[in-house]
Amino acid sequence: MTADDGGSAELADLLEETAEDLYEHAPCGYLSTLPDGRIVKINATLLGWLGRRPDEVIGQRRFSDLLSVGGRIYHETHFAPLLRMQGEVRAVALDMVAADGRRLPVLVNSVLTTDPHGAPLLVRTSVFDAADRRAYEQELLRARRAAEHERERLQHLATTLQRTLLPPALPRVPGLDAAAYYHSAAPEEIGGDFYDLFPLDQERWGFFLGDVCGKGPEAAVATSLMRYTLRATAVYDSDPVSVLAALDAGLRRQRDGGEQGWCTIVFGVLVPDGVGFRVTLASGGHPPALATRGDGVVEALETTGGQPVGLLAAPRFVATSAVLAPGDGLVLYTDGLTEARRPDGSMVDETLPDLVAGLGHLDAHGLVDALAAFLTDLGRGLSDDAAVLAVSVPGPSGA
Amino acid sequence: MTVGGRADGRPMVFAHGFGCDQNMWRLVTPAFADDHRLVLFDHVGAGGSALTAWDPERYATLEGYARDVVEICEELDLTDAVLVGHSVGASICVLAAAQAPSRIGALVLVGPSPRYIDDPPYRGGFSEADIEELLESLDSNYLGWSGAMAPVIMGNPERPELAAELTNSFCRTDPEIARHFARVTFTADNRDDLGRVDLPTLVLQCRDDAIAPPEVGTYVHRSVPGSTLVVLDATGHCPQLSAPDQVITAIRGFLPPAAPGTT
Repeated sequence: MTADDGGSAELADLLEETAEDLYEHAPCGYLSTLPDGRIVKINATLLGWLGRRPDEVIGQRRFSDLLSVGGRIYHETHFAPLLRMQGEVRAVALDMVAADGRRLPVLVNSVLTTDPHGAPLLVRTSVFDAADRRAYEQELLRARRAAEHERERLQHLATTLQRTLLPPALPRVPGLDAAAYYHSAAPEEIGGDFYDLFPLDQERWGFFLGDVCGKGPEAAVATSLMRYTLRATAVYDSDPVSVLAALDAGLRRQRDGGEQGWCTIVFGVLVPDGVGFRVTLASGGHPPALATRGDGVVEALETTGGQPVGLLAAPRFVATSAVLAPGDGLVLYTDGLTEARRPDGSMVDETLPDLVAGLGHLDAHGLVDALAAFLTDLGRGLSDDAAVLAVSVPGPSGA
Repeated sequence: MTVGGRADGRPMVFAHGFGCDQNMWRLVTPAFADDHRLVLFDHVGAGGSALTAWDPERYATLEGYARDVVEICEELDLTDAVLVGHSVGASICVLAAAQAPSRIGALVLVGPSPRYIDDPPYRGGFSEADIEELLESLDSNYLGWSGAMAPVIMGNPERPELAAELTNSFCRTDPEIARHFARVTFTADNRDDLGRVDLPTLVLQCRDDAIAPPEVGTYVHRSVPGSTLVVLDATGHCPQLSAPDQVITAIRGFLPPAAPGTT
C-alpha cells in the first residue's frame, strides 16, 4: 500500500455521502412543488435560511407564500406563466421572507416536469443566496438612475440654450413670407447651426445663416458672439462683405488661436424693389444660397471662392445679388442638409436644387415644411444638425 | 396583432394582462378557431408591439389602453365582438366596451380586479406599500434578466419555435414601459365602471388566486348587472395556462352556439 492509496481511501471515505445528505445539506436551497404551488419537499438548507420546521411548510404553504408581496405578484404575473410556457425559468431575483420577517434576497431557478402528454407534474426549484449580488444590483440601479437624471438635466439645459441662440419666431416682413427650421441630430448636444432675420431700418432687412465649427458649449459661446456681432455691425454698415469682415475680426480676437469658434456663413440684405425685393448677399465659405423662380427653376446663387470667417489671416468674401420677383424665393441651408443620406445611401449633396425643384412651387412656409418632413423621414440618415431659412415673395395671384 | 380563425365567424378579441403577452392565450384560442374570428394583440410595450407607439400621456390611465382595443375593432371593422380580457386586460375591455358600445357584443373577464389596493370595506388584496415593493422587484428583475434570459432560451433546443416566441416577448418587454404599466395597473380604480356595463358578461374566477382573490371576483359579478360568475377549480392567476380546458368550457357555455353553417 502506498501513501497515495491511503490518500485515495481517505478521500473515498470523505465522499461517501448519501444522495439524501447531498440534497438536504447542499450549499443551496431546494424545494419541490405541485403545479398548484403547494410545497411537497424542501431541503434542510432552505428551511434553515427560513427559520422554519418541515411541518410548517410541507403541505402547508405554497412557494409564493414564502415570498414578499412584490415578489408574489411578480411570481403570479411573470414567473408562473413563463414556467408553464417554456418549462423552465432561470435566474429570477426574488425576496423570500423568513419566519422572523427577515428578507432573504435570492436567485431562483425552476424546472417543470411533465407527464408524457405534457401535463405538468412537479416544479423543482433551486434557491441561491443573492444578498451580495442584490446589493451590487441596487448600487447599479442607483447609478443608472443618477445617470439618467443627469442626462435629462443636460438635455434640458442644451435645449434651453439652443433656443436662446435661435430667434423664437421670425418677424413679420411686409411683402415677404419667411420660415425657418432647425433639425437637431443629437438633442443632448448644442448644435452649431444658427440663423436670424431682423430689421436694419424701416425698409431693409438683414438675414444670415451659418454653421460654426464644433459643437457643445464652445459652439454656443461662438454662436452667441456671432449673433450679436452681426446684428450690431449690420446696423452701422450693412454692406454684406463689410459685415463679414467685421465678424471675422471679432471672431479672431475671441478665438485667440483656438481650434474652434470659426464659421461658414451667408449674410444678406433684403431691400424692397418695386413689387419684389433686391437681395445682396455675401458668403464666407458657405454652400450657395438657392433662388427659386416663379417658373419652377431653382438656381444656385454662386459665391464660389469665399473663405470661412474667423479662421484665416486675410479671408476673402464673395458677394452676389439677385432680384426676387413675385413668385420667387430664396433658400439658405447648412451642410447638415446636403450631407444627409437617403435610405439608399446616396448623399443629397449637389442634387439639392433638383430636390427643391421637385417639391413643387411652394412659398417659404411650404418649402420649409417639406424640407423638414424630408429630414424627419431620413431619421438616422442625418448625422449632423441642419438649419434651413427661406423667404419668398408672394406670387401675382397671391399664391 | 395576430388575426386568425374563421374569417366570417363572430370576432373574439383577446387582451392579455400585466406581465406577459398574447402568448398567454395559446392554450385557449385553438378551441375557438373553427367558428370564430380570433384577434390577438400585445399591449404597447409588451411582446412584439411597436415601442414607437408609446406615449406616457396617452397611457397614463387604462383608458389609453382601452382606446387601442377600440382602434383595433375599428381597423378590422368588427361588430358584436367578444372581448376576452385577462387580469388588468379585463378592466381594459370594460373601458373599451364603454368607448365603443356599437362594436362590442359580450365580455369575458378572466381573473378581473377593478382595484388591487384595499379601500375598506372593499378588499383588493394589497396595500400601497405592497405595490411600491412590486415596482422595486420589477426593477431588480429586469436588470437581472437582460442578460440572463438569453441562455435560458438558447437552452431549449427541442422546441426552437417556443424559444423564438419567447425571445420576442419577455426579452423585448421594455422595462420602462412595463414599470409604467405596472403603476397604472396596480393603482387603477375602475369599480365605478363595472356598474355601467350593459353587455352579457362572464366572470371567470380561480378558486385560489393570489392576485385577484375570490371575493374580488364576487365583487365584480355583483357589480356588473346580469353577469355570470364561474369559479374555476384552478389555482394561480392564469387559468388560461393552468386550466385551459375549464376556461374553454366556461366560455363555450356562455356564448350562444354559433349560427348554423358556421360550425
